[in-house]
Amino acid sequence: MNELLTKYPQEIEAILAKYPPEFKRSAVMPLLHLAQSDPGYVTVQALQDIAEICGIAITEVGSIVGFYTLYYDKPLGRYHIQVCTDLPCALRGADKFLRELCERLGVKVGEPTADGLFVIEEVMCLAACHRAPMFQVHGGGDLVYHENQTVETALAVLDTLRQQVALEQEGKA
Amino acid sequence: MTEYMLLRHRDIPDLDQLKVYTKNGGFEAWKNVVTSQEPAELVQLVKDSGLRGRGGAGFPTGMKWSFVPNNLWPHYVVANADESEPGTFKDREIMESNPFQFLEGLMIASFAVQANVSYAYLRGEFWQVGQKLEQKIVELEKAGFLGDNLFDTKYSLRLHIHMGAGAYICGEETALLESIEGKLGQPRLRPPFPAVAGLYASPTVINNVETLTNLPPIVQNGVTWFREHGTEKSPGVKVFSLSGCINNPGNYELPLGATFRQLIYELGGGIPEGRAIKAIMAAGASSALIPATDAALDTPMDYESVANLGASLGSASVIVLDETVSMSWLAQKTTHFFKHESCGKCTPCREGTYWMAHILDRIEDGQASANDVDLLSTVARQMQNKCLCALGEFSTMPVVSSIEKFRGDFLARVDGQNR
Repeated sequence: MNELLTKYPQEIEAILAKYPPEFKRSAVMPLLHLAQSDPGYVTVQALQDIAEICGIAITEVGSIVGFYTLYYDKPLGRYHIQVCTDLPCALRGADKFLRELCERLGVKVGEPTADGLFVIEEVMCLAACHRAPMFQVHGGGDLVYHENQTVETALAVLDTLRQQVALEQEGKA
Repeated sequence: MTEYMLLRHRDIPDLDQLKVYTKNGGFEAWKNVVTSQEPAELVQLVKDSGLRGRGGAGFPTGMKWSFVPNNLWPHYVVANADESEPGTFKDREIMESNPFQFLEGLMIASFAVQANVSYAYLRGEFWQVGQKLEQKIVELEKAGFLGDNLFDTKYSLRLHIHMGAGAYICGEETALLESIEGKLGQPRLRPPFPAVAGLYASPTVINNVETLTNLPPIVQNGVTWFREHGTEKSPGVKVFSLSGCINNPGNYELPLGATFRQLIYELGGGIPEGRAIKAIMAAGASSALIPATDAALDTPMDYESVANLGASLGSASVIVLDETVSMSWLAQKTTHFFKHESCGKCTPCREGTYWMAHILDRIEDGQASANDVDLLSTVARQMQNKCLCALGEFSTMPVVSSIEKFRGDFLARVDGQNR
C-alpha cells in the first residue's frame, strides 16, 4: 500500500498535474518536500512510495535526497536553524553570531539541542546578504527567514517555537 | 532616477495586489501581445531593445529566443529563480514585492516562443515566495490572464512553480533543467543547447527573473524609451545588490553605466567607520577581485567596462571589501562555498575545489609555507577551461585574482607569520 498516496491524495494529484504525464519523474522533488513536511525527514517508506508514484528506482529517489541540502534522511531536530556564514554575511558578523548562538544553547554546529527540538546548522548563501546576520528555520512543513538578527532576537525566535510545540503537545494530550 | 522600472513596488504601495497592479497598467502589455502581435514581431522588438540577460552572462535576450526552432514542438520557457550567488538578492525582492510584473514577463516570453506551459524554478529556500507566486497564478487564472483561449484567441498558457531544494548549481541552466526532470542537478554537455533540446528534450528558453521583469515595460513603452536608459551596448537599468563592508546595503536600481563610486559612496553611504575601501567583487563570490583604485571606482558598471577591468559584471552583486579584510581569508570563504556546491560531475572542479580548500585552510591556520601559495595558484589555474559549466571556472576567480593582486595578504599568513 502506498502510504503517501493514502495520506495526501489531493496534494499528489495537484503535483502530478504540473508535469507531462509521460514525465512523472519530475514530481520527485515536490513529493519529497511533501513527504518530509510532517515527520521532518524522508522515511524509507516515503522513498518507496515516491519511487512507485514516479516509476523510478528507490535508489534514484535516495540519490536526490542526498544531493539536495533541504532534504533530510534522518530525524535530527524538529527545526533546522540554518545560519548563513558565506562571505557577505561573514562581513556582517555571521561567524561570530553562529559561534555565540551555539555557546548560549550549549551545542555544537550540527548537534541537536537536549530537547531534540533544534539543530543549528551552517549553510550557504540564502540571498539575504544585506540583512545579516540571518538564519532560516526549516521544519514543520515551512521555511521562514529571520533577518537582521542578534543572538538575543534569535533566542527569542527559538523560545516562541518552543512554546508553540508545547501548546501543540498539550492539545494532543 | 525618478521612477523605477523594475522595483516599481517602491513607487507604488501594494503593487503585489492584482487590483493595484492592473490599475497601474499591469497586463496591458500582455493583452496587447496576445491579441495583436505576431510572436516574430515580439522577438524582433526585444532584439531591438538590446536587452541582455540579467542572470550573469549578459547574453542578448531576443537573440536567445530566436534560436528556438519552429519545426520542433512543444516549446517551454523556464524562469530561472534559483538566485544563489553569494551577494545576490535582487530576484527575491522582485518576486516578493513586484510578483505580477515578473509573471507578466514570463508570460510575454512564453508567447514569444509560443510555449503553452512554462515553469518558474525557485530555489527551495524561497519557500514562502513560491507559495505566494502559486496564489498569484491562481488569481491570474481566475482573472482570465492565464488559461485556455486567452482573450478569445487560440493561445493558451499555464504557469507552474517548481521548488528546488538547496543546490547552487541548479542556477546553471542545464542543471536546472535536469532538476525539473527529477534528476540530480548536474550540468549537461552542450551542444545541444537548451534552445534546441532543453526541458524534456524540447526547445526551451531559460531567462532570469530580472530579465523577464524588463519585458512588460519594454512592450508597453517601446524600444526608444528603453534605450534612453543605460548605455549603447548595455541598455536599460539593472538592480545592483550591494553588500559587504558598506553602510547601506541593499538593492539599488540604476541605469547600466552608473559608476561603482555612485553606488558605493553616493547611495551606499560609504564604508563603515570611515575605513578605506580595498577591493570590489562585482559578480558575487564568482568575481575576480577589483582593487579599488580611483580609476576602478570611476568605472561605469556595464558589461563591457567591467570586463575591461579583468572582471565581470555578472548579476551585479557588488560586495565591498575594506582594509580590514584579508584576501586569503576571503579566498578561503569563497572556496569553501564552491567546494560545497560543486556537483561532483567534472573531476577538475570536484577535486580542485577540495584541494584549494585544503591549502587555504592550511594557510589560514598558519601551517603553510610560501610554496603553498604557489601551489594554490597552480591548482586553480589547472582547473580553468576544464569544466562543463562555469562553477569550476568561477571558483578559481577569487583565488587567482587575490594571489595576483594581494599576494602580501597570503605571505603574511605563511612561514609561521600567522596574524
